[in-house]
Amino acid sequence: MAAPSTPALDARPEGRASAFWQRLRSGDDIAYVITMTCAFTVLAVTALLVFELYLNSALPRQKFGWSFLATSVWDPVAGEFGALPFIYGTVVTSAVALILAVPLGVGAAIFLAELAPARISNALTFLIELLAAVPSVIYGLLGIFILVPGLISLEPAIRAVLGWTPLFSGPFYGVSMLSASVVLVVMIIPFIISISREVILAVPNEQREGALALGATRWESTWDVVLPFAKKGIMGSIFLALARSLGETMAVTMVIGNDPKIHGSLFAPGYSIAAVIANEFAEATDALHQGALIELALVLFGLTIVINGVARVLVLSTNTKGST
Amino acid sequence: MLSFRRKAMNAVMLSLTGVCTLVAVGVLLFILGYLFIHGGISLTWDFFTQLPKPVGEPGGGMANALLGSAKLLMIAMLIGVPIGFLGGVYLAEFGGSSFSFVVRYTTDLLNGVPSIVIGIFAYTLLVLPQKHFSTLSGGLALGVMMIPIAIRSSEDFLRAVPLSLREGSMALGASKARSILTVVIPAAKSGLITGIMLNLARVAGETAPLLFTSFSNRFWSPGWEQPTAALPVMIYTYAISPYADWHQQAWSAGFVLLMLVLAINITARAILSKGGHVAR
Amino acid sequence: MTRRFAIVSAVLAVSLAGNIAWAQQVLINAAGATFPYPMYSKWFDEYHKKHPTAQINYQSIGSGGGIAQVTNGTVDFGATDGPMNDKQMKDFEEKRGSAILHFPTVLGAVVPTYNIPGITSQLNFTGEALAEIFLGKITKWDDPAIAKTNAGVKLPSNNIVVVHRSDGSGTTYVWTDYLSKASKEWETKVGRANSVNWPVGLGGKGNEGVSGSIQQTANSIGYVELIYAVQNKMSYGKVKNAEGEFVQASLASVTAAAAKAVVPDDFRVSITDAPGKGVYPISSFTWLLIPAKITDAAKKQTIKDFLKWMLGDGQKMTETLSYSALPKALIARELKAIEKIQ
Repeated sequence: MAAPSTPALDARPEGRASAFWQRLRSGDDIAYVITMTCAFTVLAVTALLVFELYLNSALPRQKFGWSFLATSVWDPVAGEFGALPFIYGTVVTSAVALILAVPLGVGAAIFLAELAPARISNALTFLIELLAAVPSVIYGLLGIFILVPGLISLEPAIRAVLGWTPLFSGPFYGVSMLSASVVLVVMIIPFIISISREVILAVPNEQREGALALGATRWESTWDVVLPFAKKGIMGSIFLALARSLGETMAVTMVIGNDPKIHGSLFAPGYSIAAVIANEFAEATDALHQGALIELALVLFGLTIVINGVARVLVLSTNTKGST
Repeated sequence: MLSFRRKAMNAVMLSLTGVCTLVAVGVLLFILGYLFIHGGISLTWDFFTQLPKPVGEPGGGMANALLGSAKLLMIAMLIGVPIGFLGGVYLAEFGGSSFSFVVRYTTDLLNGVPSIVIGIFAYTLLVLPQKHFSTLSGGLALGVMMIPIAIRSSEDFLRAVPLSLREGSMALGASKARSILTVVIPAAKSGLITGIMLNLARVAGETAPLLFTSFSNRFWSPGWEQPTAALPVMIYTYAISPYADWHQQAWSAGFVLLMLVLAINITARAILSKGGHVAR
Repeated sequence: MTRRFAIVSAVLAVSLAGNIAWAQQVLINAAGATFPYPMYSKWFDEYHKKHPTAQINYQSIGSGGGIAQVTNGTVDFGATDGPMNDKQMKDFEEKRGSAILHFPTVLGAVVPTYNIPGITSQLNFTGEALAEIFLGKITKWDDPAIAKTNAGVKLPSNNIVVVHRSDGSGTTYVWTDYLSKASKEWETKVGRANSVNWPVGLGGKGNEGVSGSIQQTANSIGYVELIYAVQNKMSYGKVKNAEGEFVQASLASVTAAAAKAVVPDDFRVSITDAPGKGVYPISSFTWLLIPAKITDAAKKQTIKDFLKWMLGDGQKMTETLSYSALPKALIARELKAIEKIQ
């Protein structure tokens, strides 16, 4: 690949052509073209993906238009499809997961970055990052056999404390939006911890020393000085976690209850976009049903694009600020 | 003097952060422990050598799924690693233009695409025109998933190579391509390998993209054009089945998959720390 | 460089060796109904033992999936518990340029299965009560409509948890077909299909998913194929038939349902709520969906051979798995129909 020099090439005539051959022989242009082609492949693949999704969802887009996003009937028999229950289920489970995961994750990140000795911090971070590597189907497996029975036995306690809110009312069957949220918490927390920890570590030490010198306690220096400094980066980690939880398929499918209705209570079953695609895609017999599922995929894609975009912007803007 | 309230606040909040850490680490240890007790202990040699038995008959294993996963990962690597790696070289060495900004942004978008959507993509692209489920289409789906991570990780690791090394090489008369090939890439080698391994570990556990592509197979899957069983898909089908025997096998399979993924992760990180620099 | 070459050639060698060793194999892929999955998986396994060169990979992805995938041509044949409707048959012809044939394989029954802590006796259900439970109009276990037919059983006043299929399923077709016959309201509001817009309930994927959910959820009721209830030792109820008897699903009561059925030439027939004494009302045939035109000669031969074996020796294995064998007269007609596969 390194273009070994051959006599034939060395014997090229002088002039412009020779400069060209010189560059070609040294491999710069070849390397440039090859690597650029590969980089371009990413654009091509993404474009093709969007194109395929767009093309294959033409039927429901023509039939339902924008109302696809706002209606809540999912009736394969009558050929009526509305995405709202799935969007609702996806957004609610992810939001609840974030509400639980953010304090837990940021708290752990503070401990690892500010308090724990470096060696312990590194070891624990290593363990937590392994948690991010556990395949989602295994989370689903644990979800079905441990989390769901566990939540059923915890139900009276949850009800006693929070039962007065509409969020925890109604019958509880184990599989529910709550179960899905809890599985998501476990899945996204490693992201929040490991990114937030890095951002907090990147906060210049002078900031802390300054606060401590002014008489602040360790907590006050962390809460009032370090966290505001790292805020954007932490927000970025949260958005990344959100993007991941929105698209999570297997673990959610296995515990959410697969009911395409909008329920106010977290105890009730729900359905997410990714779950309905996994359940129904292989067996959607008519073109409209299949198209509706592909349009759902497009909706999910759009949702993740927006959230990823926001996350990248936030992380990038702190990276540049934090390092100077 | 510090007020008692501020001191108490300090103590309480700081211990709470410790509790958070304990919870997170505790969950991991619990998962490992539980899988070990439930899956590891009932793991038999048959699991690695036998085909699945028909429904209702005890015994059998998932040998075909292990081989199937290996084949899928091989195709995924053949697709994802070269494209991702070379794309990463472009961004790190020739980048800087607005084109590379677009590439970077698209890479992040592609990385954020839910795996189930990638599965549909491979289905419409390969399965429907070809008229059959295949190992190839499953590998393609996984390969597409590998590309964005491979690009970003190789870019990061290549960028971490000090500029002085490149300058030194070019000062000695080497062309840019030659410097990259003989100086920069070897310097980043351990990082690049780590990146590939972590990437592989991630897609090894992917289930959703395989459901409509590699499908599943109760028998061995010869060649590349037949549907094949894969470990994560088997875990899924066995877990939602009503048979206690299959649940047991799902646990065993989960244990094997987790051990595999963790082993790759730990080895990769070990290679990285041996290799010296860490690219952040 | 040499090492890379070695790796590449090793990979090539392995894949080539694989292809040669498998060259004589006839590999057939099929997918569909979960209702007869235990039977099919046994059949395909036995058939493979007898004919080692024939390997039929059957995946139970649901009847809707079976219809969809055979129509898309991604599997060699499909399987379903609810016959394809006219529109689906037309779709198939348009896409594939030939017809699709239905071959009944066994008879099965769908049973209402429940998990009520403390109740061990078998409950009696009327069709109307089942329809109202699944419509969400009966919400408590001690509702008069259930209590009336279960004198002497102390039903709890807990909420009923309805579990249904989340995927397209022939089991759902049979179930909703029966409920449509039992309740006008069900027929107009929900109707019969492989997947419907459920008024209430949790979704489980496959017979497996539904039985799994029922076992894990107290006070639940769902519907599964008889074998799933038997194999998993789940409680299931008797159902009132057209003659007013409460009948338990069994080999005899299901066979009775098929005995008097008038089966048309394309074998698409519903036998739910069939008349006659001792008939279990939620019985059904289950079908293999075989394209009338199979271009690959080896596959065609294998599929034909398998069908013949299934209608002969295969039928003898049905009872151990709680399926009812096909009536003799029907087998003779099917053997003739095999010749339609070109």
